[in-house]
Amino acid sequence: MKKNLICVSCPLGCPIEVEIENGEILSVAGNTCKRGDKYARDELTNPVRSLTTTVKLFDGNLPVVPVKSSKPVPKDKMFECMKLINEATIKAPVKIGDVVISDILGTGADIVVTNNDSGK
Amino acid sequence: MLNYDLVVVGGGPAGMAAALKAKEEGVEKIVILERAETLGGILEQCIHTGFGLHYFGEELSGPEYAGRFIAEVEKTDIDVYLDTMVLDVSKDNVVTAVNNKDGLIKIQAVAVVLAMGCRERPRGALSIAGSRPAGVMTAGTAQKYVNIDGYMPGKKVVILGSGDIGLIMARRMTLEGAEVKVVCELMPYSGGLKRNIVQCLDDFGIPLRLSCTVIATHGKDRLEGVTIANVDEHLKPIPGTEQYIECDTLLLSVGLIPENELSNGVGIELDRVTGGPTVDEYRETLHKGIFACGNVLQVHDLVDYVTEESKIAGKGAADYIFGKKQEGTYINTKGVNGVRYIVPQRVNIKNEEDVKLYFRVGQVYKGAKVVVECDGNILSSKKKVMLAPGEMENVTITPEMLKNMNENSEITVRIEE
Repeated sequence: MKKNLICVSCPLGCPIEVEIENGEILSVAGNTCKRGDKYARDELTNPVRSLTTTVKLFDGNLPVVPVKSSKPVPKDKMFECMKLINEATIKAPVKIGDVVISDILGTGADIVVTNNDSGK
Repeated sequence: MLNYDLVVVGGGPAGMAAALKAKEEGVEKIVILERAETLGGILEQCIHTGFGLHYFGEELSGPEYAGRFIAEVEKTDIDVYLDTMVLDVSKDNVVTAVNNKDGLIKIQAVAVVLAMGCRERPRGALSIAGSRPAGVMTAGTAQKYVNIDGYMPGKKVVILGSGDIGLIMARRMTLEGAEVKVVCELMPYSGGLKRNIVQCLDDFGIPLRLSCTVIATHGKDRLEGVTIANVDEHLKPIPGTEQYIECDTLLLSVGLIPENELSNGVGIELDRVTGGPTVDEYRETLHKGIFACGNVLQVHDLVDYVTEESKIAGKGAADYIFGKKQEGTYINTKGVNGVRYIVPQRVNIKNEEDVKLYFRVGQVYKGAKVVVECDGNILSSKKKVMLAPGEMENVTITPEMLKNMNENSEITVRIEE
């Protein structure tokens, strides 16, 4: 089976063609540099994404506070993570680095606050 | 009247970096005037990551990047006026501002740094037929609604323009449960980063239609749909390709314009291509003692470069305040053959340090050369794997190169295929 990707390692955006059988990568073609090869293998075996969103904040200067995953989470778990994060709330004062949800969905990533709000 | 050595207009990344650099150089009385209720500027609503890779060597979100500079400013004795709108900068460097607490404020400044940033091109600048229903807004406005105010402006979304803000908002709205139906781009290529096209559109199966635009909005009180159409090589809609798309929200991500109303008020000369002031290598405008940096000078793609540029302006302002900024012999820089503009627009040939010339190209080039020339001599020639309008490039001019120039010299940068 052949899969086509666009490498995002640099602005060049090489179109990469990967041959894959039963989850095993047979060949990677189309990349200009080594980074393209690594990108294609990671993307097909374990695609991950940084997740950034907001959490409802009580008693803050603002009604929400931004958060991010402390490390990238599996791409196919993004919406499940969003559901949990949208159910969570936190109370001001909050500061950068505060943990809202630890080890979300067993991914090993924490959901951490990325802005300060001293509260009303 | 208040007296300050340096007045910085705008407390975003540019204003903070310029003020901090000037402080580091020994300037005593510095004030930052900021219109919003917090420092940080537009970074406060850019909650996605990708900031700081060059400057800090790590990937931060917008508020985190801003937070580092806010913490630095708080450690100094730099005065900060929040919720304060600057109304005017006069020819003798008097800054007039207003806020709820102090009323009208007048400040005599020795030097001024303009760091007002840029604004999004609004609907009024586009020719889209239709009345003015709710639900049509710039991508940045939607970003503020979602990330700062905490509510969703709509459920079914069409985005016009594939700049990075539009792409980022396509993902953001999708993650929050909206359906983004299509992103239309007038040009045959996207102005956004490849990474954003893959991770904001492809990941969620959002179609990107190139050479396509919105020609009409429908709905009177609330947007009910838009008509999109393909465009020809002259960017004119092609009859017969119209398509109706039902939506309640249209986001516009169609370009950024440096905010230079104050600069115009002082009579500062603007570059017709960048929309920002023309400056020398210290980012001083043609008006003595007034400097400019960040997106008010030229629209950047990376905040890291804004910080770099603003530190140059902060150093320049400090030198000016201490009477160290040398009188010089200034020559012009000029972008030709594919190079749309160069910042700085003039360089002092007596400068004894390296000067970086920043520029943008007008189209995509692969494997082309960037050639720097002066008075018929090639100063440097470098092959680039890729050049694109969305990526700011730079070349370095060394003091050795400047030594051989005279007041009639002109430095040109061009692309050779």
